[in-house]
Amino acid sequence: MDRSLRRRRLTDRITIGLFLLPALVLFGLLVITPILLAGYTSFFRWNGFGGLPTDFVGLDNFIRLFDDPIFLGDLRRGAILLVLSVTVQMPLALGLALLLNQKLRGRALYRVLFFAPYVLSEVITAVLFTMVFSPNRGLANQLLTVVGLGHLNSTWLSDPSTVLYSVFLVMTWKYFGFHMILLLAGRQNIPKELHEAAATDGAGGWQTFRHITLPLLAPTIRISLFLAVIGTIQLFDLVWVLTGGGPLHASETMAVTMFQYGFQRFEVGYASAISITMFLISLFFAVLYQRFVLRRDLEGAMTNMGAQR
Amino acid sequence: MSERLRTLSLHAISVIVGLVIVVPVVFALLGGFKDNFQLANNPFGLPSPWIPDNYVEIIGSGTFWRELFNSTMIAVATALIVVGVAALASFVFARYAFRGRELLFLFFTIGLMFPFAVAILPLFILLRSMGLLDNPLGVILPQAAFGLPVTIIILRSFFRAIPGELEEAAILDGCTPFGFFWRILLPMARPAIATVSVLAIVASWNNFMLPLVVFNDPSWWTIPVGVQQFQGQYADESAKVLAYVVLAMVPALAFYAIAERQLIGGLTAGSTKG
Repeated sequence: MDRSLRRRRLTDRITIGLFLLPALVLFGLLVITPILLAGYTSFFRWNGFGGLPTDFVGLDNFIRLFDDPIFLGDLRRGAILLVLSVTVQMPLALGLALLLNQKLRGRALYRVLFFAPYVLSEVITAVLFTMVFSPNRGLANQLLTVVGLGHLNSTWLSDPSTVLYSVFLVMTWKYFGFHMILLLAGRQNIPKELHEAAATDGAGGWQTFRHITLPLLAPTIRISLFLAVIGTIQLFDLVWVLTGGGPLHASETMAVTMFQYGFQRFEVGYASAISITMFLISLFFAVLYQRFVLRRDLEGAMTNMGAQR
Repeated sequence: MSERLRTLSLHAISVIVGLVIVVPVVFALLGGFKDNFQLANNPFGLPSPWIPDNYVEIIGSGTFWRELFNSTMIAVATALIVVGVAALASFVFARYAFRGRELLFLFFTIGLMFPFAVAILPLFILLRSMGLLDNPLGVILPQAAFGLPVTIIILRSFFRAIPGELEEAAILDGCTPFGFFWRILLPMARPAIATVSVLAIVASWNNFMLPLVVFNDPSWWTIPVGVQQFQGQYADESAKVLAYVVLAMVPALAFYAIAERQLIGGLTAGSTKG
């Protein structure tokens, strides 16, 4: 008995090692190593060629970052996109999620339709909207003219004062459905009895929303917000194809700046410093999110029980 | 009466949002059948005459089909690798107790925080030194690696739900751990496997940054890279670009039609457990 147990222990050990090995190798080599390398090269001046960087410059790259008007602009533009996401896109997604939770004929069709843009790649979406926003043949200006708002015609993507808002419109078009689906799943995890009880007690629509729906949806809303924050920090594809970050850097994001320095100007050390800063900002929000969630653990546990099916 | 008014306004909102989504796509679909003159003077109407040349030309050229093939091959290979590797790891995370398990699991979940944008530069340099530029593996392997966190999280929670007695019985009957994993666990986990495969395929299909830097040679381009390059090449032929965009949408929308349930299930599971 004792011997068979020991043998069992040994097979367990071998199994654990062998089964974890491929994941550890793949993840270690292609995710962890690049991240560590980015950290390492951010302390050097380096053009990315030859073996490892040798020209150590300490924190110079990071100091330069916070003197760089383009990077400071990236932070400002990121903040603007973030505020717009939270104040426009999220309420829209929440409103539509609650709407599609009602008994409505054709509900399933609407759900499929609203989520569809999320399935299209960022690049396809961006090329499509390049056409929509094109100054003379574009759909946007033509539509405005038709409904008698011709004076609102704009050059959208080539005007520094409108380009960021145009990018935000495209972001919303593409991503609101994703947040809507998350919130809808969260809403459907709220036990029916709660809303039934509220109705029996004669609570009005607003009261029910305020005291039942919203608090119980809070964990899902937080996840949704967190994903929107991370997505905004790392926004690249859409902007790269729509505007390339222009005109005059008016739609540039951190990821675009990083890409330009790294792959076009060969300032790999400086670009790595941007990568690391991007990562640190993401991490800051992740830690914030974790703290936030852990403190409200009990509140979230109730809805998460439904999600653990 | 007020009830009917409420329903009516809910429908109105849904229809308006639906239009905002559909109109640009229909504009592109019809625009592909027009020429520049029609696009400028008749943006909303049906094309007159219908000019199928743009679509015919793209469908008749090898480029589009090659990009479609590349995208498909890379997506399928990525999904196979990430699901295979993650399933092995999730099995151990779900069913074995060992020292450092939670720490190791945390190590993988932290990977959720690492987007391509942060790692792309060193990744490119790493791939260059490994001789994987202009090689599909240079896209497949990093995509699989970056897909591990979400796949492991979803599969682990699914494997946990399978009763332990099943495994005890299988081991008593002389089944090896791998035998149990391969012959019993994986077939039982088919829905979860389908879900994570769909997530991996969609992520790979839409990835742009990595193929953009890895593939210099146009014969390896995937659809997103191809569409972007096409737009640059035919900047003043809007109708042609619209036709290309529409054709590039078809496979993604077709896949969505087939795998909608897995995709939505996967996204909601992935983020409520993450």
